[in-house]
Amino acid sequence: MGRASRLAGRGGGGVIGGRVTLLVDPDALAHLARGRRSVLVSGTNGKTTTTRFLAAALATAGPTATNSGGANLPFGLVAALSSAPPGGLAALEVDEAYLGPVAAAVQPEVVCLLNLSRDQLDRINEVRLLAGRWRQALEAVAPAPADARGPTVVANADDPMVVWAASGADRVVWVGAGLSWRLDATGCPRCEGRIQFTDTDWSCGDCGLARPEPQVTVDEVALTDQAGRRHPFTLSLPGQCNRSNAAVAATAASLLGVDEAQALAAMEPVADVTGRYGVVRVGGVPARLLLSKNPAGWMEIFDFLRPPPSPVVVAINARIADGRDPSWLWDVPFERLAGRQVVATGERCRDLAVRLRYAEVDHVMVEDPVAAVAEARRFGDASQPVDVVANYTSFQGLRRAAADA
Amino acid sequence: MPERDSAVRVVVVHPDLLGTYGDGGNGLILARRLQWRGLAVELIEAMSGTPVPASGDIYCLGGGEDAAQHRAAAELAEGNPLGQAVDNGAAVLAVCAGFQVLGRRYPSADGQVRDGLGLIDIDTRKGGGRRPVGELVVTPSPALGLPQLTGYENHGGLTTLGPDAQPLGRVDAGVGNGGGDGSEGAVVGRIFGTYMHGPVLARNPALADLILTSVVGELEALDDSEAELLRRERLEKVGTSRVTDRSRWTARLTSRRVSG
Repeated sequence: MGRASRLAGRGGGGVIGGRVTLLVDPDALAHLARGRRSVLVSGTNGKTTTTRFLAAALATAGPTATNSGGANLPFGLVAALSSAPPGGLAALEVDEAYLGPVAAAVQPEVVCLLNLSRDQLDRINEVRLLAGRWRQALEAVAPAPADARGPTVVANADDPMVVWAASGADRVVWVGAGLSWRLDATGCPRCEGRIQFTDTDWSCGDCGLARPEPQVTVDEVALTDQAGRRHPFTLSLPGQCNRSNAAVAATAASLLGVDEAQALAAMEPVADVTGRYGVVRVGGVPARLLLSKNPAGWMEIFDFLRPPPSPVVVAINARIADGRDPSWLWDVPFERLAGRQVVATGERCRDLAVRLRYAEVDHVMVEDPVAAVAEARRFGDASQPVDVVANYTSFQGLRRAAADA
Repeated sequence: MPERDSAVRVVVVHPDLLGTYGDGGNGLILARRLQWRGLAVELIEAMSGTPVPASGDIYCLGGGEDAAQHRAAAELAEGNPLGQAVDNGAAVLAVCAGFQVLGRRYPSADGQVRDGLGLIDIDTRKGGGRRPVGELVVTPSPALGLPQLTGYENHGGLTTLGPDAQPLGRVDAGVGNGGGDGSEGAVVGRIFGTYMHGPVLARNPALADLILTSVVGELEALDDSEAELLRRERLEKVGTSRVTDRSRWTARLTSRRVSG
């Protein structure tokens, strides 16, 4: 059955068992979550990494259930919880469109909201609608009597969509987690006015919705916690976006009693998140796999790549889990790949090739990803692993190709 | 080809509001196709909050969310720069929300009727059923002399054409305007409206050149072999597989969600 799930193109094989449970008992998720101290993590980008960090941190305090494979639909959550002993802690990644029903079932202590931007628009339709649904979800799980405890939300103060959604919650800890893609946040989620951004701040010119002062911040050296204490930390994973993910995870962990220093120390050795960032052999060729599935994700990726003229393989599919419409490729500034040879691959390599042509970036098209990695090696330093950037299902395909080799 | 003494001005209108589905690519495509033929081009991204220049030669409007659409429509109504430009012979490519805004009326998220710019004789109302999302294949109106068109639609509104608007084409697969007459898009003079994302000009370079020639005259052919591969793949995909996009197992939970 696990094999069937992998063939279906979603999840790491942990989903089918969960699906059966859910069909038998629609309240399975609520039953399995009862008696646990749970944290939900949602957002367009960084969910899996943040959940991985959080699970590492919580595991220092006790047994922690987690859907570490990225199976983040209700089926996947049921599978993750049913494979863990009752009680204890849970770090759960939740698909952004399912946050409402999942929060209602799980009754989490903490909800982490990272960011919202365009991704799978064939399924999500509108980013702003999703922000509104998050807000309703958080209002719905807030307890009726004022003295009861609803979830605390750990939210990114730099994303207007997240701020609007989180403002529906009882208690919020604002984290300055950054926002590299702003084009989905120019329309005010509250009043339809325009959000004005400066380098570090934002506000709506019409209704006054504005960036809350973050209680937690993170820089190249340290996290500064709610009490103003600085916790220097290093990570094995690259990039400022991952430092921000760690800051959110550490703040959530602290709300469950794991102090920030202990939490961050547990995140430091995390070097590979379901295959992301790891070096594998694809068809015998060493390749470094990077996941990027939308424009916001790509804004981080450019900084991870080896400098030109190193080649790069870009693998694009458009299955259900990717979003059926790859027109987001036109929102990515692929012009920044100029000076390299790009090997366009995956089921939608033709869309990518046309995009690269108009970006005036040298490229070849090799539909089979394994052959594409071999092709890229011809253009680069053979002693270096080939950088491969793939979106969701093409990434999974490459991981399988690496595992089968 | 008429001699031009200045750069062709391609204006992408409000990419911060009307750019949700990669439609900003249309402006880039038009600009590159002129550059590659040796013409001088100025590609202008006219962000919201500042006046849209009325002196452009070609305007591109894209898809956007309801609130952003309303904002764009309100700003474009001030001083009517698009109307002025059209009167001076400019061409317009308007996609999805941008297409709706050019018409007489369009719906807000809650179904209210809002005034459009009235540049083309179309009317859009809120669709009652399932949102049309998926591949769209269109046989263009014969007068346009274009091959079959391919795009990806994702819209909540349904559009009907008035007597002064001609359809861009007839729907072979997908929904298109959704007004019941099987039409897709609209053409009025040099204004082209469509529901096709992709972006539409990436998949249909012949439509790009039709718009360009309407402004600058005859153009030499370009090597569009990659775009042709993409077109053929998309057309074949729809021809062989007409299944809807959502699998049954996601539909079970999807049905609980409100859809826009």
